[in-house]
Amino acid sequence: MSGEEKGGRVDADRGRIGMWLFLSTEALLFGGLFLLYAVYRWRYSAPFHEASLELSRAFGTLNTAILITSSLAVALSVRELREGRLAGAKRFLAATIALGACFLAVKAIEWGVKFEHGLYPGAKVLSSRGPGQTLYFGLYFTMTGLHAVHVIVGMSVFGWILALMARGGVDADRPIKLENAGLFWHLVDIVWIFLFPLFYLIT
Amino acid sequence: MGEQSLRGYLAVWASLLGLTAMTVTMASLDLGTVAIVVVLAIAATKTTLVLLYFMHLRQEKRVVIKILIPLVIALLAVFIGLTYTDVLYRGGG
Repeated sequence: MSGEEKGGRVDADRGRIGMWLFLSTEALLFGGLFLLYAVYRWRYSAPFHEASLELSRAFGTLNTAILITSSLAVALSVRELREGRLAGAKRFLAATIALGACFLAVKAIEWGVKFEHGLYPGAKVLSSRGPGQTLYFGLYFTMTGLHAVHVIVGMSVFGWILALMARGGVDADRPIKLENAGLFWHLVDIVWIFLFPLFYLIT
Repeated sequence: MGEQSLRGYLAVWASLLGLTAMTVTMASLDLGTVAIVVVLAIAATKTTLVLLYFMHLRQEKRVVIKILIPLVIALLAVFIGLTYTDVLYRGGG
């Protein structure tokens, strides 16, 4: 192995370690919100039960399937890139972005229905239902909102990487940007894996 | 780093979808407190699959990363678990 090759690998390793460190801080960020959720679910179990029945399990399940499939797509994109098939990597990455957009579209419909029913922080309908349900929907919008921001960030980074691929900045010899963006996307998937049962399934 | 086969990725994806179907079915059975445990156990299983296969932890050679993950999980368990028990057993709620 030449010195340059070894140097490249060490750099890639450092980049990956840095990414995992960042993902750890993300886990703690969402962890804090999950703690809030756990404590308030215990304190206001009856209103949380009532409120969770308002969410659409069908939409939640659909979005879970969409996000899991998008995770597969980006994993396959990384695989294609590592094996030197740039065109395949681009196709799977474009599919990932499209699936992210589908996820956001479903989310937008869901939020739209909640807004129509007056179930948003500050709304008179929600306030009249007492503090428990207000907290439930406050947490629902905060946590799914923060998650949606992560989806948007992930899609933007993927878009940038697609542009880099076209210009030769990301290829089989320099896959680290796509690999790290992929890791971020999988973490966003994992956060949803917990958000889905906590808000949609446990009643 | 050894690459996983296409079939391997598809198997993980199918398992994740299968577990999702399972968790939705479990939740609709109205099992009460048991449902919470089962549903969270399934979420943990799905997370493990994503970490090991999609995020390539199985092939990870750097020990730093391998140590980091249980560390973060332990940290989350301590601060969520301990705070939760504190709130749970505090007089008057």
